[in-house]
Amino acid sequence: MTRLSTAFSRGPALITFITGGDGPTADILDALVTGGADVIELGMPFTDPMADGPAIQQANLRSLGAGTTTAEIFRIAAAFRARHPEVPLVLMGYANPMITRGAEWFADQCQQSGVDGVICVDIPPEEDPELGPALRGAGVALIRLATPTTDAARLPAVLDGSSGFLYYVSVAGITGLQQAAQASIEEAVARIKASATIPVVVGFGVRTPEQAAAIAKVADGVVVGSALVELVAQHGANAAGPVRDLTAALADAVHSAR
Amino acid sequence: MTTAPNHNSFRTQPDERGHFGQFGGRYVAETLMPLVLELEAEYTRAKADPAFQAEFDDLLEHYVGRPSPLYFAPRLTEELGGAQIWFKRDELNHTGAHKINNCVGQILLAIRMGKTRIIAETGAGQHGVATATVCARFGLPCVVFMGATDVARQAPNVFRMKLLGAEVRAVTAGAATLKDAMNEALRDWVANVHDTFYIIGTAAGPHPYPELVRDFQSVIGKEARAQMLSRVGRLPDLLVAAIGGGSNAIGLFHPFLDDPEVKMLGVEAAGHGLDKEHAASLAGGRPGILHGNKTYLLQDADGQITEGHSISAGLDYPGIGPEHAWLRDVGRVDYTSVTDVEALDGFQLLCRTEGIIPALEPAHAIAAVKKIAPTMDKDQIILLNLCGRGDKDIFAVAEHLGVSL
Repeated sequence: MTRLSTAFSRGPALITFITGGDGPTADILDALVTGGADVIELGMPFTDPMADGPAIQQANLRSLGAGTTTAEIFRIAAAFRARHPEVPLVLMGYANPMITRGAEWFADQCQQSGVDGVICVDIPPEEDPELGPALRGAGVALIRLATPTTDAARLPAVLDGSSGFLYYVSVAGITGLQQAAQASIEEAVARIKASATIPVVVGFGVRTPEQAAAIAKVADGVVVGSALVELVAQHGANAAGPVRDLTAALADAVHSAR
Repeated sequence: MTTAPNHNSFRTQPDERGHFGQFGGRYVAETLMPLVLELEAEYTRAKADPAFQAEFDDLLEHYVGRPSPLYFAPRLTEELGGAQIWFKRDELNHTGAHKINNCVGQILLAIRMGKTRIIAETGAGQHGVATATVCARFGLPCVVFMGATDVARQAPNVFRMKLLGAEVRAVTAGAATLKDAMNEALRDWVANVHDTFYIIGTAAGPHPYPELVRDFQSVIGKEARAQMLSRVGRLPDLLVAAIGGGSNAIGLFHPFLDDPEVKMLGVEAAGHGLDKEHAASLAGGRPGILHGNKTYLLQDADGQITEGHSISAGLDYPGIGPEHAWLRDVGRVDYTSVTDVEALDGFQLLCRTEGIIPALEPAHAIAAVKKIAPTMDKDQIILLNLCGRGDKDIFAVAEHLGVSL
């Protein structure tokens, strides 16, 4: 059992996203764990976050403005791993910072820092050689995205080489804005789970415990990002408390859904 | 003319996965990937459809005003005292630049695909105006994303786009210039994949954009090659073109790539100087991934993208089309750069010697020719792509020359 598979073995999982280097990251990560998050997604800031809505765009710029480097992201990850040996940690971001020193370097850093998986927004299966082999070689999960435009013919290519979990993006759009209809989520999750041998989680536009609970009835996990990132924007250095409270409400909803 | 055997051809790129050597590719979010594959399939069908080519050719002739003239520049040649200088006059196209060639091709593709809404990004506004123009011509709604900084400094083009019926959305994210406009266009596209076609303005972005933009712009080089053979009975010795993303340059170069006697020079924007702020991705960047393709990018050690700077808003982009990245690495095309100050000098030189006010983009090519022509023999021929006219730039030039209008 890996840290990720253990997390999903306990029932529906709450997966929380924050942007690394935006606010007091170590405190916020601890608040997520205390609040009951099962998997942590740590966003790697990028100058050009093309798939993100305003909340996470601004978080990226705040983080870079504060001088966050890739080395700092790995320091944050390694320190998290030391404090929380059992909680899975996934890096999420864009291709260029991941490949800029070479995919092998990046995969090696992930392994050494205790990172369990990587979500890269802009490397589709067609460009897998860019990053996939290096991550698999280092034993780091390559977590791919499926979307409403990923049809049945394409789904096997997305699943091939994926590990850890599959992240279903419930809306064709950017993070933090739209909310998908529950019926469309249920249909898509059922369709994907019929083919997938790894957990299927749902994200994009999930903000409230009610939404999270509804999704957790059908999916293996629920991702919440922008709502937490907005708390960091609002509370800055004092964000840990509000982040813990929202996480606790979300975790309670997700964990009691089934 | 002898052409190189096919296995040595420089004209067979990209491969079936959209790669030019290590460059190019399809680095897009999963939401867009099926659409990008659909566009590729439709473009493959369109290329094989004589009716598509016929409609493209007809619009280029009667709407754009092609073929554009091939012009010998006698006084500039005399002033520089070396090689004969010829211009491919794409600044005489409808809308005043080469951008319209590509927009005509892409809107025909959009219509074939049943798309009912057009989006585009623009920096200086030339591509935005060209896109708004073809949208008006075909009656499709058009949204142009433009950095708020550029909206402020390119007011005449913003007004033109609005006159043509387009909605101009000012993008305030990031530095609010072309790169940020492209990010915002991609965000819109990902949220409107079912009805929206994204008309990308340069030979960059995810495959098949670099290929199809090149193909639509190759009308420049095809015409120039035939015109040269007809007028002087031989090919030019050197092609010169300015490069931001590189669409006018690849359009001129591509039909000549397998003519080994024709040398080629792409001219990047060195801005305040290569040791200061500039937009010369080949000279000052290294390979990376942005906006759907792998290419040379201006970036820091962590792969964060840095802002380009050029006096020319059309060259002010931190990347370059992937085919140029490949042509540079295989050594088929040479690349150089000229500064803002040199480009301003080239701008005035052309005004004074030939009675042509060029855009600041080809003014960079003029500045490069000013350095090279005197080193060449008088029986040699330089062909420069005069890819845009300077009406849009007179305010910026006046400001830099200390003249208040």
